[in-house]
Amino acid sequence: MDLAFSDIENSFRQEVRGFLQEKLSSRISEKVKLGKRLTKEDMAEWHATLNEKGWLAVNWPVEHGGTGWTAVQKHIFDEECWAAGAPRTVPFGLNMLAPVLMKFGSQEQQSHYLPRILDGTDWWCQGYSEPGAGSDLASLRTSATREGDHYIVNGQKTWTTLGQYADWIFCLVRTSTEGKRQEGISFLLIDMKTPGVTVRPIILIDGEHEVNEIFFDDVKVPVSNLVGEENKGWTYAKYLLTHERTGTANIGNSNAALERLKLIANEQTKGGKPLSHDPYFAARIARVEIDLKALKTTNLRILVDADSGAAAGPESSMLKVKGTIIRQELNDLTRRALGPYALPFSSEAMEEGYNEQSIGPDYANAIAAKYFNNRKMSIYAGSNEIQREIITKTKLRL
Amino acid sequence: MDFVLNDDRRMVKETLERFLADHYDIEKRHGFVMSEDGFSRDMWAQFAELGIIGAMFGEEVGGFGGEGVDLMVVFEILGKHLVVEPFLPTLLGGIILSQTGQHNSLIESAIKGNALLALAHGEPTSRYEVNNVAATAQQKDGNWIVNGDKSVVLGGGTATHLLVSARTSGTIGDEAGISLFLVEKSDAVSVRGYATLDGYGAAEINLDNAAGILLVEEGKGLALIEKTHAAGIVAISAEALGAMTTATDLTVEYSKQRKQFGVPIGKFQALQHRMADILIELEQMRSSVMNAAGNLNADRIIREQEASACKLLVGQIGRQIAEEAIQIHGGMGMTWEYSVGHFAKHIIMIDHVLGDTDYHLERYIAFGQKT
Repeated sequence: MDLAFSDIENSFRQEVRGFLQEKLSSRISEKVKLGKRLTKEDMAEWHATLNEKGWLAVNWPVEHGGTGWTAVQKHIFDEECWAAGAPRTVPFGLNMLAPVLMKFGSQEQQSHYLPRILDGTDWWCQGYSEPGAGSDLASLRTSATREGDHYIVNGQKTWTTLGQYADWIFCLVRTSTEGKRQEGISFLLIDMKTPGVTVRPIILIDGEHEVNEIFFDDVKVPVSNLVGEENKGWTYAKYLLTHERTGTANIGNSNAALERLKLIANEQTKGGKPLSHDPYFAARIARVEIDLKALKTTNLRILVDADSGAAAGPESSMLKVKGTIIRQELNDLTRRALGPYALPFSSEAMEEGYNEQSIGPDYANAIAAKYFNNRKMSIYAGSNEIQREIITKTKLRL
Repeated sequence: MDFVLNDDRRMVKETLERFLADHYDIEKRHGFVMSEDGFSRDMWAQFAELGIIGAMFGEEVGGFGGEGVDLMVVFEILGKHLVVEPFLPTLLGGIILSQTGQHNSLIESAIKGNALLALAHGEPTSRYEVNNVAATAQQKDGNWIVNGDKSVVLGGGTATHLLVSARTSGTIGDEAGISLFLVEKSDAVSVRGYATLDGYGAAEINLDNAAGILLVEEGKGLALIEKTHAAGIVAISAEALGAMTTATDLTVEYSKQRKQFGVPIGKFQALQHRMADILIELEQMRSSVMNAAGNLNADRIIREQEASACKLLVGQIGRQIAEEAIQIHGGMGMTWEYSVGHFAKHIIMIDHVLGDTDYHLERYIAFGQKT
């Protein structure tokens, strides 16, 4: 057993750090650090910067234009990106659709769509959840009926993150109502510009527009947009859930949040001394830091195992539950650290060009809003209740 | 022991409940928050007419309540409906005024809904500490002038009169040497008003040689501030209790309606037990508010300990209920459109008003060691 990173891994970390120092614009990293609103252009700019270096498709194999990195390298890259204040890459095309296309898509689909994800031609969003199908995803009802060379799609998707920016949506649709519910689902690619597709914003409790409802009204989709076989979509979606583990534990994200919390606790004062010296608050920080340290090692153990070919099990569920609890605890502590200055909130101050003096410290504005926004983490991508069900069923066999 | 409300209080409770059920809902509230003042002047006038503002104050100053129990009754209902009008700032300012034995006409005007009061005590680096006052006041030709910065002053943007703490002797952190002043808005008072994340009005205030009227004995203001904060804690805690009750009701109701896997999600034991825990904590919260309310006129140590105990539980239980309410609602709990998220926001943000859980834990221990 050796807990240290190897020399190669350490020099890789230096290389990543150097790249971020040189290529990540301070305009963007400042916005990320101050919790300001990122535009589509900001995200596209960062994607392009990474793509130029060949580091956008972190999880892809080299033959498709990916990095071919080991799990540990991906982990290091993730940590460094968060630490530097890089925006999160938009995962829908890169990490959610692409692995499915590589595994189950046709040659034509792979050679058409994958390069367009890399160069930013296509922005993707995900069409899984429906108003009546959240945790119980298999109860989805959006239908695709075959008519000649087309499917006619009708129904509604919801919670579609960044759907307002997307050119394409990959959807789970019902192509059969026979047999088990899971067996009548297909994986379909739909051009958002097709007549009959309507996007309606959902505003979240922090006042932000990041998710949408998508309506399909007799939308004509070529049969060639079906991925893999008809009625096998559930298998493909499940493949995805266990396939991608690197970001599940939110280690890089939580690392950066912990560092930020410590900075704030050093700047905020209590009784004339830094808040970080207050035993009550110091204990709160220490507890979450201890949890995060343990989870880092759990995460690496699981990643290294996966790299050496261990079968996918409920590990990603464990990482998701613990990782989101820790990340949300950090959100909670950061709002506490602000004291009364957690209260003021200005939506305008989240814009890049906002020039007025901040109310309270400049880092304060978005922090309580972020606490509420990140409550989504234990709800999305399979709620933490669903993750616990997966652990109970697959690991405990109860 | 008697936990039953007397007839007068029951009448206030029923009047307010009926009025809010008929005239106040979340959509209207959004409109009030978005308006220039951040609340409805029309509603405020109606609250005055119904006697709800007066219920916060004793008869000696023209009110018809003013006991801890009165605050508990009124604010719990305000919390249930997420009322955004400036009850808390009016209470805080009004208590200070009512203890001076003067200025009764100003309190009367506040009770009628005309004058708007705010307590300007917190400062940019004071956090929650009551004795941490850096603003100063000096006498000049027999008049007091006040200088300094006051931060996150609830109701400060729309207030007509400010109750301002300022140091007349000693240094920051000293308990002695803090005085209280009545300051009217003028050119010497710059106010930057804004809304809090949960929709309530607040302001950053700079006083630059502002004229002030000394309210209580010079240098002896802290005791009154403490007492005022204790009443404020009873009020805001009862308000939190009301908001927690509504959030719980919405959550339990949602769990009965929302079906997944062919059954209402409320049938899942994992959720049932969590909702049962919430009910247990909600009763704890109610009892703690009663403890604080019933001891509002007790000796300082008892009053402060009960207030701190209550406010600590507001932070602790509030977080549990707000987070569970969102989680059990799933994505719906995250939306602006559905009301539960707005209740959750208010419950959590109350932790940042008049001292958070850590502040009150420390204070509770400190007062325990004084006995």
